[in-house]
Amino acid sequence: MLEVKGLSAGYHHLQILHELDLEVHEGEIVALVGANGAGKTTTLKTLSGLVRPTAGSITFGGDQAVGVRPSELVARGLVQVPEGRALFGPLTVEENLRMGLWTRRKEARASADLEEVFELFPILLERRKQLAETLSGGQQQMLAIGRALMTRPKLLMLDEPSTGLSPKLTWTVLDAVKTIRDRGVAVLLVEQNAAQALNLADRAYVLESGSIVLSGTGKELATDERVRKAYLGL
Amino acid sequence: MTSQPMVADQETRTPTPSAWWARLPWLRIGIVLAAVVAAIVLAYLRSGSTVVVTQAVVTGILIGGVYGLVAMGLTLIFGVLDIVNFAHGSFLAIALFLSYYLVAGMGMHPYLALLIVLPAMFLLGALVQRFVLAGAMGKPLENQLLITLGISLVIENSLLLFFGANPRSVSLPGDQGVAILGAVAELSRILAFVGALVLAGLLFLLLRRTSLGTAIRAVAANDAGAQMVGIDTRWIYMLTFAIGTACAGAAGVLVAPLVTIEPVTGALFNIIAFVVVVLGGMGNVVGALLGGLVVGLAEQLGALLLPGQSPLLVVFIVFVLVLLLRPQGLFGRSGS
Ligand SMILES: Nc1ncnc2c1ncn2[C@@H]1O[C@H](COP(=O)(O)OP(=O)(O)OP(=O)(O)O)[C@@H](O)[C@H]1O
Ligand SMILES: [Mg+2]
Repeated sequence: MLEVKGLSAGYHHLQILHELDLEVHEGEIVALVGANGAGKTTTLKTLSGLVRPTAGSITFGGDQAVGVRPSELVARGLVQVPEGRALFGPLTVEENLRMGLWTRRKEARASADLEEVFELFPILLERRKQLAETLSGGQQQMLAIGRALMTRPKLLMLDEPSTGLSPKLTWTVLDAVKTIRDRGVAVLLVEQNAAQALNLADRAYVLESGSIVLSGTGKELATDERVRKAYLGL
Repeated sequence: MTSQPMVADQETRTPTPSAWWARLPWLRIGIVLAAVVAAIVLAYLRSGSTVVVTQAVVTGILIGGVYGLVAMGLTLIFGVLDIVNFAHGSFLAIALFLSYYLVAGMGMHPYLALLIVLPAMFLLGALVQRFVLAGAMGKPLENQLLITLGISLVIENSLLLFFGANPRSVSLPGDQGVAILGAVAELSRILAFVGALVLAGLLFLLLRRTSLGTAIRAVAANDAGAQMVGIDTRWIYMLTFAIGTACAGAAGVLVAPLVTIEPVTGALFNIIAFVVVVLGGMGNVVGALLGGLVVGLAEQLGALLLPGQSPLLVVFIVFVLVLLLRPQGLFGRSGS
């Protein structure tokens, strides 16, 4: 579904990513783990079209994705929940969710999608008339994921969804990730907190200073000595 | 698919009231009203004539509605594009001269001119954003400032070139004084107020009730987030600037029968619009309308309180006082 080959990118001549190769297939949860500053967010930004690659190729669903506008990539089903959530604070929960329908605003079946999100995150139904900025951190993360789901993604990219959440809420969010995958959406999960991500993921990549240094199934990496030392603190 | 509720979220905060009107800062609106009443009483003590004061209040409110419309356009542009548009008043001046041309040159009714000026200004706004301002998006404030100042200079001088420096005027057929609330106001002034409120209401409905309006507010709130739901922000920027410019254009047509039409008339409205925008809270559309009324009243009552001074003096005093006491504006959101 997503194929990345030899991808290099950076900011103003400062190269951050060095020839990444990465793939996500349908129905998979793929984890991308790495330390602070490894380039995880830069990778997602490049995939979303927010940062222009200096070399390499990205294809999504068989189509070239380099040089395509971010909004067009969303319309094609490549959707990101960015770091910091990027919610519309002064808009209500429901307005935030409905904005997720933007690329499909000419279609008619909006409310059904809304129901699905409320089924996944019942708290959002309770808070639907509340302003997004008044939600707690966990609720905001759920809203951000819910809003992304409203766009009907084929591949959902989550940038550190557990940041700032209690362990219990982290579990809730990661459980939702599994549900989302089971509904047929592939997930690329970026986490600094590697243990949970690796356990959840079908496959995983380890990013270090902008290069992929390890890859394998989630289970393999979770038991890999190097990973255990560097990322799991064991 | 898990069927049990997945979320037992403890970290709740006090829910905000649901309806938008319940979120309005009623306390502050009350304080502002009290201040207005105090100013009215002072003006009465000073002038000793109810008629004069009533006249000032009515005139102030009527012109204040138009100021509100001009400022709504400016504040919308600021809120969405993050651009401080110093050319806003110049766009209003273009609309004044277009009105003049259509009315005096082509014999059109002054309000029918709206049908041509409104789309024309919308289009002009779209073109200016697309071809002049788009490159300055996200650039430092100085760049934008120079560019919008540059646009205003170009507009003013083009108007001077085409129409000369002679003051012009537009008159409304059948315009006459109408008794209203114990005062007398020209029909054209009343209609300008009504027209401004209707357009302001339409803009408000667009922003609140349509998905396009919600998208505009979404871009204002978080443009990165807007891109992540597939909104082409470039298009929203262009559209918003066009709408904002059309507000200035509509206001220009509405006030054409009330003002002397000169290239510099735009500058006066520009200053007032900036004061209103800051008073109302930068980017706050409802605040702009309320701020417009406050400035209209301040201007008219100020002429009674400090006779012989420029009416703008009191406007600026109010402006400075508000900024000292409440830098985010009368109706701006308190910094959190
Ligand atoms: N806008 C930017 N301009 C210049 N450099 C940047 C920018 N954003 C990130 N960087 C740099 O790029 C490198 C990778 O950053 P990135 O945000 O991709 O890391 P990350 O893996 O997401 O880290 P974290 O776990 O802290 O989110 C860092 O050295 C960072 O300083
Ligand atoms: Mg990051």
